[in-house]
Amino acid sequence: MNGIADGTANGTASDAVTGRIHSWDLSTGVDGPGTRFVLFVSGCPLRCLYCANPDTWHMRDGRAVTVDEVMAEIDKYRAFLTTAGGGITVTGGEPLLQPAFTGALLHRCKEAGLHTALDTSGFLGARATDGLLADTDLVLLDIKAFDVTTYRKLTGGELAPTLNLATRLDRLGKRMWIRYVLVPGWTDDPEAVDGLAGFLGGLGSVDRVDVLPFHKLGAAKYDALGLPFPLRETPVPDADLVGRVRGRFRDHGLAAH
Amino acid sequence: MTATVTAGPRTADAWRQFAGNGWRERIDVRDFIQANYTPYEGDAAFLAGPTDRTRVVWEKVSALFPEERRRGVLDVDAATPSTITSHAPGYIDRDRELVVGLQTDAPLKRAIMPNGGLRMVENGLAAYGYRPDPFVSKVFGTYRKTHNDGVFDAYTPQMRAARKAGIITGLPDAYGRGRIIGDYRRVALYGTDRLIEAKRAERALLDARPSGPDVIRDREELAEQIRALGELARMAASYGCDVSRPAVTAHEAVQWLYLGFLAAVKEQNGAAMSLGRTSTFLDVYLRRDLDEGLLDETRAQELIDDFVIKLRIVRFLRTPEYDALFSGDPTWVTESIGGIGADGRPLVTRTSFRFLQTLYNLGPAPEPNLTVLWSPRLPAGFKEFCAQVSIDTSAVQYESDELMRPRTGDDTAIACCVSAMAVGKQMQFFGARVNLAKALLYAVNGGRDEMTGDQVAPETPPLTGEYLAYDELSAAYDRMLDWLAETYVDALNVIHYMHDKYAYERIEMALHDHPVHRFMACGIAGLSVAADSLSAVKYARVKVVRDDTGLAVDYEVEGEFPAYGNNDDRADALAAGLVESFMAKVRRHPAYRDAEHTQSVLTITSNVVYGRHTGNTPDGRRAGQPFAPGANPMNGRDRHGVAASALSVAKLPYEQARDGISLTTTITPEGLGHVPGERAGHLVGILDAYMSAGGFHMNVNVLDRAVLEDAMEHPEKYPELTIRVSGYAVNFVRLTREQQLDVISRTFHGSL
Repeated sequence: MNGIADGTANGTASDAVTGRIHSWDLSTGVDGPGTRFVLFVSGCPLRCLYCANPDTWHMRDGRAVTVDEVMAEIDKYRAFLTTAGGGITVTGGEPLLQPAFTGALLHRCKEAGLHTALDTSGFLGARATDGLLADTDLVLLDIKAFDVTTYRKLTGGELAPTLNLATRLDRLGKRMWIRYVLVPGWTDDPEAVDGLAGFLGGLGSVDRVDVLPFHKLGAAKYDALGLPFPLRETPVPDADLVGRVRGRFRDHGLAAH
Repeated sequence: MTATVTAGPRTADAWRQFAGNGWRERIDVRDFIQANYTPYEGDAAFLAGPTDRTRVVWEKVSALFPEERRRGVLDVDAATPSTITSHAPGYIDRDRELVVGLQTDAPLKRAIMPNGGLRMVENGLAAYGYRPDPFVSKVFGTYRKTHNDGVFDAYTPQMRAARKAGIITGLPDAYGRGRIIGDYRRVALYGTDRLIEAKRAERALLDARPSGPDVIRDREELAEQIRALGELARMAASYGCDVSRPAVTAHEAVQWLYLGFLAAVKEQNGAAMSLGRTSTFLDVYLRRDLDEGLLDETRAQELIDDFVIKLRIVRFLRTPEYDALFSGDPTWVTESIGGIGADGRPLVTRTSFRFLQTLYNLGPAPEPNLTVLWSPRLPAGFKEFCAQVSIDTSAVQYESDELMRPRTGDDTAIACCVSAMAVGKQMQFFGARVNLAKALLYAVNGGRDEMTGDQVAPETPPLTGEYLAYDELSAAYDRMLDWLAETYVDALNVIHYMHDKYAYERIEMALHDHPVHRFMACGIAGLSVAADSLSAVKYARVKVVRDDTGLAVDYEVEGEFPAYGNNDDRADALAAGLVESFMAKVRRHPAYRDAEHTQSVLTITSNVVYGRHTGNTPDGRRAGQPFAPGANPMNGRDRHGVAASALSVAKLPYEQARDGISLTTTITPEGLGHVPGERAGHLVGILDAYMSAGGFHMNVNVLDRAVLEDAMEHPEKYPELTIRVSGYAVNFVRLTREQQLDVISRTFHGSL
């Protein structure tokens, strides 16, 4: 992966681009608007403590596919997705770890008239070319935490690239849905939430904020992989806490769900 | 069918302000609806909640349910064989009820209907601790032969063996066939005098023909129909209603229509006693009364609520064997709502909304079986309301109006679950279903049953290879299905001959045109098991395990194979091929009364029983394990979510399964979207997309907390329960208890 230059995606050359994927699925209303074809790519530079999909961490564990192969699969659902008000979402893993593949796929989908969404942590935002973003209708930006130290501890990475991507997307007028996983003791600090809400409130491109309650459904996958699940003992947030956090985003004029 | 009638003053009053002429000159309810209904394209904001009166009546009857559930039945009149006029009037709360009439003289008290079979009545009574009445036993044991007796007189040894082995099963030889929808609207629009007159005219035409067996039978049936209409009028009179004349008000229209239906459920204990397509018909009356100031919205809703209360308490005495096939005491009082007219106008009216509103006013209930005839062209407000009702109650099913309208017209109603009938013009001979998975095992074993070793089908050479060879297996399977189709249609002919003879649906058929179009409604079960088994043999390797008699009793699958339910043509084509081939085989065998052959891919809850009676299958399914219901993919094998699964089902050709193709889906609220307010819109999108792709039917279960909690306690009831949250899908019953509790708390955030 050599970064920025690698994301260009047009012409027939891209059709042969190969990516590594974990699986695909169809979902409704949880990975962007409507019913969507959701492609889980393999490989992620972060190691979020609450990660529900540890089986997508390594590219080497993924299955190699060409853009053509993925398009052939998507094509089977084309009418369904458009009728149901949906489209496609590339998620993972981290799609920007494979920017050439992701970019080529988004481009092909866009050409095919499908609504496209990119679900990313923003950590590798610099690898998203303007061309790739032009082929993306909606960015689902996962902001894991707003406090730099917490972010580092929670993800093993840095917060700044994510915020840089957010401001860049705003400048481009790219629509964004923010995803914020609420983990008691980690991301429920009122000050940090207020800080994030204030930051997002200043971005005109943010259409909504999804506050996603932390869950432990991935625990069994850790067991299967022989890995420790770091947040096994962490409680899930109760409805009151979720409501309060959503309220803080709303106080800044954001549509929070 | 032309019957001139002199419109007396009451008729003129009853038909005041109605437009159109054709329906005045002949019995033609569709023509009446088309000439008079007003489509409603708005939203649900106009609807009214329940009145105190409605609450009191519903609470009074609901208070009886716990005792009924505890004892199985609340009460039975064991001494009075039910007829249209057998019982004195019964009431829930005489002063408060707006729509009157019960099957017996008390709510939830069940009647006996021995014409179908005395043994079933006696077994039903014994199951709940009641003694058979000696006089009834004597009459029906000595003097009056029953349907059940007749069938067993004419069954061949081959049919008995196939029935006993469970390869042909669920046959209506021991219970009422049902699935006949009387056009109960005719009672309201015309009154029984006019209907009798029309029936006499039909009869007169027959009197002019030579008296061959068919003509004689038709004459006798018409005589019975006329008699039944007279009995309906007498039964109605006992409730103070003069249904000999047309209904004059909306209140009367609801009451008259219900009394017609009541006569049917007093006379027949049919497996499905469907209501038809009444909401838009009744809307014409409600609208006229609203315009005339005779009632307001609250009262209009109250009439529908009271009507629906009556439909919810239809009861039959059934045997434990029947309950094992169709659990939950269902009656399939199916009401078909919505759809689009031949002229392109939606057949949605305010009363379509009012029927669905009963699920809020009275709370969710499985009956009446509210069925929306769905088209992407339905008005947006109605679609949104249907989806919201589904999300809130899981009590609505959807069927493709776009597939039905070109074939059965725009006055189609659903009989039972998925069977399309032009109301009053078509009826069906219900044929239950054959077990396609078991037939595949018979093909391997040369006609011997894999569980008993008995030779059930005629002996053919068994497959003897260590591994199953696809070509060899499909050839043997094809021959086995030839035998099965022949035996099956033959058995159905016997059943329906005897049902007509000994348990004829007099009042239901009186509310049909003569001559009626008949369907021979065959059916198949185990489609996904059979298709996956073929796929396993074709795309993986399947080793046969035989016992010491050479009987194949188990299969070992080596390698991967594509499974039906993943929108993968390799497997889906095998399923579609089976549907096509079995339909073609069935058509080769002439049906009783020249009925048109159809078939369904539907099991309701009988998939459990079929599975219990079927050994290990080459797809890896274990002996006794339930089949997937209807046309559903096998539990857990559809790995890409509801859309992929639905698209596989949508590939089954409706033209070769005109009796319906059933898909049951279960979705969590979160599976329809993270934001509660967006879920109805998403469900509309899924239904539009599924039906646009050629999908026929979808049961939509949106889980509530109680279901998830029940699934924790009884995981065996929910093998396919998948929950979907962002980035993750999981089989609910495989989670640990702690995780399940987590899901329950998550799934219902903000929605309860």
